[in-house]
Amino acid sequence: MVPTQYYVILSAILFGLGVFAFIFKRNIISIFMSIELMLNAVNLAFVAFSQAKGQLDGQIFVLFVIVVAAAEAAVGLGIIILIARNRQSLNVERVDLLKL
Amino acid sequence: MSLSLILFFLLATLAVIGAVSLILQRHPIHSALSLIVVMVALAGLYLLLGAEFVAAVQIIVYGGAIMVLFVFVIMLLNAAAEERTDISKIANSGLILPLVAVLTAFLGVTIARGTEFMQAAARAPGQGLVLADTRALSHMLFTDFVYPFELTSFLILVAILGAVVLAQRENQ
Repeated sequence: MVPTQYYVILSAILFGLGVFAFIFKRNIISIFMSIELMLNAVNLAFVAFSQAKGQLDGQIFVLFVIVVAAAEAAVGLGIIILIARNRQSLNVERVDLLKL
Repeated sequence: MSLSLILFFLLATLAVIGAVSLILQRHPIHSALSLIVVMVALAGLYLLLGAEFVAAVQIIVYGGAIMVLFVFVIMLLNAAAEERTDISKIANSGLILPLVAVLTAFLGVTIARGTEFMQAAARAPGQGLVLADTRALSHMLFTDFVYPFELTSFLILVAILGAVVLAQRENQ
């Protein structure tokens, strides 16, 4: 039996790496993938707590998170294709119309 | 050290290595493959936690559908290795690495301390560990959570329409 703390700490580490990648990556697709990494880290915490409490609500939430991630991926990748078509670049530095 | 603990450390190491590789790889396709490694390792962890259905969905939807979509878009756009232009000011200041480390440590410590209470509550008499079987999961999904479930289908419909509208080429 693995203690729940281990899972939660692993989840925090993965979330931190996701935040790190989100800030440091310059490629818009890589940034999008780091968001998926953060979602995955949260899912792990959900399932770990679900097992610790002996209730299934956490796993239901994970299913909803996966559905939302799929919808987000579909729309987000559409936006990325649009950006790539309009700017001829995937670098977020080139998409700075809203920057002061 | 029990077998499940060994498996946990094996899968956890694999997941962390994949996540670090996601950051270090400069080509998006390599990052995507690293992310697939993380997802498969997490599916193994879900199996270890007794959540078989979530593990299967993780492999099928995340590893199968979402990541294939990512790889497809990367290849469609012919994405090259990312260029290291001047990174954002906040990242350049050298402040962000300790900041993220502190955030992670804070999250880990806070939630892990909360878990101790939770485990004490779970071990209390009269509250045995419910085996997470798929039957109970589906029953719950279609009774207690049926409205969120139906809303989800609406969300997917909107996402499909949005993706079609966004990706179509304007030929006027």
